[in-house]
Amino acid sequence: MSFITGVGLTSYGKHEGSSSLDLMSKAAELAIADAALKRSEIDGILCGYSTVSPHIMLATVFAEHFGIQPSYAHAVQVGGATGLAMTMLAHHLVDAGVAQHVLVVGGENRLTGQSRDASIQALAQVGHPDYEVTLGPTIPAYYGLVASRYMHEYGVTQQDLAEFAVLMRAHAATHPGAQFHEPITVADVMASKPVAMPLKLLDCCPVSDGGAAFVVSREPTGPAGIRVRGAAQAHTHQHVTAAPALSELGAEIAIAKAKAASGVAISDVRYAAVYDSFTITLAMLLEDLGLAGRGEAAARVRAGYFGRDGAMPLNTHGGLLSYGHCGVGGAMAHLVETHLQMTERAGPRQVRDASVALLHGDGGVLSSHVSMFLERVR
Amino acid sequence: MTDKLADWTKGAEAIVYQSCGSCGNVQYFHRSFCAICGAPDPVEKRASGAATVYATSLVCRAATPETRAHVPYNIVLVDAAEGFRMMAHGDNDLAIGDKVIASYRPFAGRLVPYFERIK
Repeated sequence: MSFITGVGLTSYGKHEGSSSLDLMSKAAELAIADAALKRSEIDGILCGYSTVSPHIMLATVFAEHFGIQPSYAHAVQVGGATGLAMTMLAHHLVDAGVAQHVLVVGGENRLTGQSRDASIQALAQVGHPDYEVTLGPTIPAYYGLVASRYMHEYGVTQQDLAEFAVLMRAHAATHPGAQFHEPITVADVMASKPVAMPLKLLDCCPVSDGGAAFVVSREPTGPAGIRVRGAAQAHTHQHVTAAPALSELGAEIAIAKAKAASGVAISDVRYAAVYDSFTITLAMLLEDLGLAGRGEAAARVRAGYFGRDGAMPLNTHGGLLSYGHCGVGGAMAHLVETHLQMTERAGPRQVRDASVALLHGDGGVLSSHVSMFLERVR
Repeated sequence: MTDKLADWTKGAEAIVYQSCGSCGNVQYFHRSFCAICGAPDPVEKRASGAATVYATSLVCRAATPETRAHVPYNIVLVDAAEGFRMMAHGDNDLAIGDKVIASYRPFAGRLVPYFERIK
């Protein structure tokens, strides 16, 4: 068994003058304090990567900087799925007795540490160097391709996709740490600048500075017990050119395996934390995971289903689209918010019941998937 | 190894794919083996250039000075008549399902495949 015993999250947006290590340290300190542990009790470290400060041994760089000498440490790189992949690994490490308390940490000064062009260009390199990158695509273009096909097959419209941006913004409005608070409408999304059609600026997550961390432990360290019930991955391809048919993408494989590993059914889930790099990502993943029927996710948004007071509250912090996206830490904020909801510490954002949560992360171009179920046991 | 055919990634006006002599799989990303069955030395073949549009995304925001000079440009995925999928450029008004044929155009200092609708 394993438990998420502490979480830490910085605000997302601009942290002028903070390095990736600074942001990782800030989040790590918050998470360790939240778990009521001392630094010296952390015996495992898993960290992500930083596109601003690449290093072949980031986990040890961080450990030295932070002042920990762990018995287990290395970096993990699965793009946007890194946070949940690290959590899954930490779960197995503590379950196997390799470590007692694993610190999972990600953070990057992606907004102020480099130009926006440099960020976009760095991320476009997930494409094939010979057969894709030479054509000048961007990450929004890779997802724009997926969006055009998904809309074609399932009758989804640009207005439908805009609903997800509006929902995430509405949720971010109630979180002081979010990068964006001004309300937006479907018309605002439709009128925003074209980036890679059918995706427009407000269909895309921003580039942010920020850090997130959590501690995964063998036993609860406080009154709450937030247990990892089970997790699973699927990796069907790297490049969008080599992606399988939309009906055979990895999210469906990962969620089926996670359900089998945990014994949890979608009908048991009370809170959802789903990767939302673009509006199309969120729409597709919700439908792949079984949280909405094919082509029906937007209708569920309009009906309030995914709102804070709805049947399946979703990304109540505002998600990548409006809380912000600092790379590895981006989707880790989803887990931090889930933990706050499950431990009833989400303040004005608190939902009625978050006793069982489903989390899903995606890396690459729907290439790598991690599905995970968390459960409150006390 | 079988003879290498030059393709657009090497500056030639050609699309080249590989065909496995053992299992018949066709693949577009070149390797020294078949990615399905592992058999060595897939045969290189020149594609006809005939294809069907699978997906499109019109890029309006590019990230480098060289590519920015071309916006907007349409990134497309097409299914080639020979059975493989590839990324390329295409007419800005292409729709999914359109029958297209390959030509070649300069883009950011190199030659790239460009698909036009068959009239």
